Amino acid sequence: MAKRIEVSDLNIYYGNFRAVEGVNVSIEPRSITALIGPSGCGKSTFLRSINRMHEVIPGARVEGKVVMDGVDLYGADADPVDVRRQIGMVFQRPNPFPTMSIYDNVAAGMRLNNKRMKKADLDDLVERSLKGANLWNEVKDRLDRPGSGLSGGQQQRLCIARAIAVEPDVLLMDEPCSALDPISTLAIEDLMTQLKERFTIVIVTHNMQQAARVSESTGFFNLNGVGQPGRLIEFNPTEKIFSNPEQKATEDYISGRFG
Amino acid sequence: MSTQTTPTPSDTSVAAPEPRGRKGRLPGWAPAATFLAAAVVCLLFEAFTDFNLALAVVYTVVLGTIAVYLLSRSVEGPRQAVDRLVTCLVGSAFAIAMVPLVALVWTVVGRGVTRLDGEFFGSSLVGIVGEGGGAYHAIMGTLIITLLTTLISVPIGLLTAIYLVEYGRGRLKRSITFFVDVMTGIPSIVAGLFAFALFALFFGPGIRLGIMGAVALSVLMIPVVVRSAEEVLKLVPNELREASYALGVPKWRTIVKVVIPTSIAGLGTGVTLAIARVVGETAPLLITLGITNGTNLNPFDSRMATLPVYAFYQLTQPGVPPQFAIDRAWTAALLLIILVMGLNVVARLISRFFAPKTGR
Ligand SMILES: Nc1ncnc2c1ncn2[C@@H]1O[C@H](COP(=O)(O)OP(=O)(O)OP(=O)(O)O)[C@@H](O)[C@H]1O
Ligand SMILES: [Mg+2]
Repeated sequence: MAKRIEVSDLNIYYGNFRAVEGVNVSIEPRSITALIGPSGCGKSTFLRSINRMHEVIPGARVEGKVVMDGVDLYGADADPVDVRRQIGMVFQRPNPFPTMSIYDNVAAGMRLNNKRMKKADLDDLVERSLKGANLWNEVKDRLDRPGSGLSGGQQQRLCIARAIAVEPDVLLMDEPCSALDPISTLAIEDLMTQLKERFTIVIVTHNMQQAARVSESTGFFNLNGVGQPGRLIEFNPTEKIFSNPEQKATEDYISGRFG
Repeated sequence: MSTQTTPTPSDTSVAAPEPRGRKGRLPGWAPAATFLAAAVVCLLFEAFTDFNLALAVVYTVVLGTIAVYLLSRSVEGPRQAVDRLVTCLVGSAFAIAMVPLVALVWTVVGRGVTRLDGEFFGSSLVGIVGEGGGAYHAIMGTLIITLLTTLISVPIGLLTAIYLVEYGRGRLKRSITFFVDVMTGIPSIVAGLFAFALFALFFGPGIRLGIMGAVALSVLMIPVVVRSAEEVLKLVPNELREASYALGVPKWRTIVKVVIPTSIAGLGTGVTLAIARVVGETAPLLITLGITNGTNLNPFDSRMATLPVYAFYQLTQPGVPPQFAIDRAWTAALLLIILVMGLNVVARLISRFFAPKTGR
């Protein structure tokens, strides 16, 4: 079930360093939202604060509200573990579990949470997830081999399969295609368009064509200078951002006149 | 390339294979031959003065090193010569480091095999004054005490390491790390006295129990386990923990099911080496266990024999004639060395066997 996410007045800190400030945005359900912006402007930081992965880093904290379908994710009674069960994540660098086979990696969400499942159901789930991540054909005869024996791009798709296997409501993807060839990239983009029927997807990308191709809305992050916090400069439907942006900075960035 | 060469240095057909001028290369056997020659010279020299083999070896190494350096410098140039010189120095340092090890193994094996027989493994010292007898009671004692020590130290050590790496923050973490470091340096006799004093409080000063020895050895083993486990747990990449959290897995289950399995090879190796570290401890066992001649397999009841203490008493209080007891001491020492070597082999096997598998 896809969910709407409302972010208001979000400030994100690493210790005393304010990395991102004043984000207000509403992320639509059943859509793909792309986040673009120069390196170091806080896209990953913002993304990680949506599913409370940010606070895993020592000293990291967040001010403000992230509300998903009326529930404040940072409220006093919100449990970060529950939040992460609903909001899955694919990381910038592929990180399959090295001790587990391909099969176990995909089943990890179920196994690690001690969910009891019939073997046949689990087999089915693994196959569905791997097909969903467009990896099934490449690995179906070696499901029992270690996941770390795959190529970088295959590992990333394995991580996507692992994330969608737990059926989250929202899927956060941090540059999921940065390690992939054009064909796998297209496959993942197709995959995202299929997945948005069921999930809300937020994707960070440096590839503007990709943002233009897949997303409904786009947010542009920027920072004024080194050591300054990043800000969400503009958030608009993708067509508008790429054809007729409101902000000068957005236009400069998109047309490559940045910096 | 043609065999005909012109003497001009600018000729490219000559310069091509050795672009840095026409420096030669010493053949592979040259250093060995040089050392052989040096050895012959030194042996002759020693033979004419009063002969001393150790001095001859030292002279050979020094002379050989200098000769190789000079030879290489004249043929191959200064850079290669320095390379050869350092190779000789490193080789000599290695040889010097090996001397005590080889000598020790040589002596212990040579003297220990005399009594490496069935009787040594099968019988205790009850009723033995001179010949015969064995160390069955001491072998069993060492195994039992080591097992108990492991059972006490591994859970405490592993949990401490997990706390330090996964949960610890701020001052508490720093003070625990500090005290673990201090514990690493505790002299083993102090650990023995600690256990002795602790149990004497409850049972009176004459008390000797197997469990006392295990407690004393644990004081020595826990910091070793903590240190090695901490290093290994730190090596687990944070990305794996984050991958697990992102699947909605709670922290403790991430530790149990992701962090520990990923580092199990290193943990197993560390624990095994920590066991090897304490298995030969003598001083604390001397105070806490004492020695007996009979077999006692119950660590909660009276004195027990262990191999190091057994060796100590056989050597310091032999019977008449003393030679039989001294032979038994050497065999006990040999067994200890075999035990430590075995543990090291086990550690290697563990790290090979449990290491995360890559490849297709
Ligand atoms: N673990 C951390 N501790 C302290 N500061 C951090 C940490 N991670 C990121 N930062 C800082 O936060 C800011 C935003 O970083 P972030 O990783 O969110 O950038 P990004 O937009 O994702 O960049 P990229 O496109 O290169 O991935 C940067 O200034 C960075 O130095
Ligand atoms: Mg990033």
